[in-house]
Amino acid sequence: MAEFTLPKNSQLIAGKSYAAPTGATNVRRFEVYRWDPDSGENPRIDSYELDMDDCGPMVLDAILKIKNDVDTTLTFRRSCREGVCGSCAMTVNGKNTLACTKAIDSYSGSIKIFPLPHMQVVKDLVADMTHFYAQYASIQPWIATQTPAPADRERLQSKEDREKLDGLYECVLCACCSTSCPSYWWNSERYLGPAVLLQAYRWLVDSRDENTGARLDDLEDPFKLYRCHTIMNCTDTCPKGLNPAKAIAETKKLLVQRKLG
Amino acid sequence: MDYRSPLAKVRGLGSAKSGTSHWWMQRVSAVALIPLSYWLITFLDLSFHEPYQQLVVWLILPINSVCIIAWVLIAFYHAALGLQVVIEDYVANEGVKIIVVWTVNIIFFMLALAALVAVFRILLMG
Repeated sequence: MAEFTLPKNSQLIAGKSYAAPTGATNVRRFEVYRWDPDSGENPRIDSYELDMDDCGPMVLDAILKIKNDVDTTLTFRRSCREGVCGSCAMTVNGKNTLACTKAIDSYSGSIKIFPLPHMQVVKDLVADMTHFYAQYASIQPWIATQTPAPADRERLQSKEDREKLDGLYECVLCACCSTSCPSYWWNSERYLGPAVLLQAYRWLVDSRDENTGARLDDLEDPFKLYRCHTIMNCTDTCPKGLNPAKAIAETKKLLVQRKLG
Repeated sequence: MDYRSPLAKVRGLGSAKSGTSHWWMQRVSAVALIPLSYWLITFLDLSFHEPYQQLVVWLILPINSVCIIAWVLIAFYHAALGLQVVIEDYVANEGVKIIVVWTVNIIFFMLALAALVAVFRILLMG
């Protein structure tokens, strides 16, 4: 359901401030969303001043610096620190991105860091991804075939067919796109969202898959697929430079093609 | 307490196996309205700036009456399709959603009928 105001217990309050170390000349300020489910308090914005001469170049470096040297209570997900695992997806200055591949220098002024929008927060910058992953599982993201695999080789695919997966297989399921989508905010109970629909399309166009019709059957639904209103936030925000909106449009074209012949 | 698994919640009642026609007809009607808008604009222009009798003379020409009737039918059809999507977006309660969608459909149907009756009255009675 559309929600346009924050409930009382979600409204932000001012938090603690941590000053830069004395003698620091290259200081940047990071305003970070903090919420502890055990405290019973409202979420707050803590403000950290860091010495950039003693910090790595990426937003994730700054967050790690805070965690290691300033405030060990800060909670967030991270793993690969090179844009492959998708763990450190968060909202930086109002736009969803991977903290590990976003340079601090690409922003001016203080940097505001929030968890992914419109998700339940587990703690601080950690969003609850349970529903998102269940949606991914629901599209059966694996090859489905009736023909047995050849005994002496892998299932072959032409170079042209392999190229159809470019721009799709790179998706790391960070959920930046889905959580930037207003349609997903209002109807994520039923709308699959751009990330999962891009993944669904990845299997629709895989020449080795033999289940295209059934996959289209599952997607043909006013909510699962057709909540996409080509708002394009997904494509705008994707930290991997992918185009989920195009994948969704291509899926709609397949459905029309099936209907009209 | 809801003990259903996350996957069971996501799968819910499954796919409606529809939606493509709705989406496609919304596009088709939108494209159809582009050329038809020429007749609507001409009609409004005549209505506001010329004597009534001149409007009647214009409307009686078959191409004009056919296109104005087509505009009325397609515009209300397109509006009903579009507003249904908006309602589905923002109204979560299933019962309220059905009532609002069908109220809108009926209102648009009646408005389209009224517009058609008006056109035919002009055509038949001048």
